[in-house]
Amino acid sequence: MSLVARHLEEAGLPTVVIGSARDIVEECGVSRFVFNDFPLGNPTGKPGNVEMQAAVTGMALDLLERAWQPRTTMQTPFVWDSECNDDWRDHFMKVDDSNRSVLAAAGDQRRSAQATAKAEGKGRG
Amino acid sequence: MADDRRTHRSHVSYIDKSRGYYGAQGYPQAYQWAYHHEVPFAALEKPLADCRIGLVTTSFFERKVDKSAVAGAGAKEPYAALCDDALGGLYNKDLFWDKDNTHTDDLDTYLPINRLREFAAEGRIGSLSDRFYGVPTDYSHRRTSRRDAPQILEFVQEDELDAVVLVPL
Repeated sequence: MSLVARHLEEAGLPTVVIGSARDIVEECGVSRFVFNDFPLGNPTGKPGNVEMQAAVTGMALDLLERAWQPRTTMQTPFVWDSECNDDWRDHFMKVDDSNRSVLAAAGDQRRSAQATAKAEGKGRG
Repeated sequence: MADDRRTHRSHVSYIDKSRGYYGAQGYPQAYQWAYHHEVPFAALEKPLADCRIGLVTTSFFERKVDKSAVAGAGAKEPYAALCDDALGGLYNKDLFWDKDNTHTDDLDTYLPINRLREFAAEGRIGSLSDRFYGVPTDYSHRRTSRRDAPQILEFVQEDELDAVVLVPL
């Protein structure tokens, strides 16, 4: 997605990215970025919270108007879970002794399924 | 929240986490993420209140939508479709997001069509384009840069947009 933003900018179209994967967007490098530090899935605000959605979207409009140089990142003031905000961060794509063997088995199973599909001449769809 | 001290950055590094996660699944070769030092920048050329704005998503159309009526829908290809047809929600099950901690039942949490229409009604922006645009997440930088991005540019030029809001899920 960030590559698309860059392509549009190169063609002269101002863009702003709203997202929650800060490192991916900033490593790729975009002109304007609103970072909402939420679990992936709701970059423009919490479900049902119209006020928050309007605030996040409004920040993107602010950046379109007011950013004067590339790599301008604005972080929203919102917090996903004020009581235990590290829980979702720690849980996502977790790798530790509790699931290492499960992940290894899942990888084996996936490779096996792909090999079978390849042998049967099926593409990736 | 209380001030704190930490040994790691607070926000999630998806680059670091995905490398560890897929490594644990037996994929030792880490994904090569896009990195650029130089970043292009285009300035807005007229007041936002006069601008037509477009939205780009990484979501797919619902499978039930008539694919013949939507360019590219259903395949891993860029598409353009009417915002009105997205109001019932888009198809996200195949995408990479935090399915344990949230859901995507509220369209405006990832594609703020209603919120931008409200901004248009208030006069904050000129209008939201009738169409929105979809670009698939593709592991190939080449396909994204050489196929998808030019197609999205073509769509937004057809619709004479002045600025674009891109929202990866």
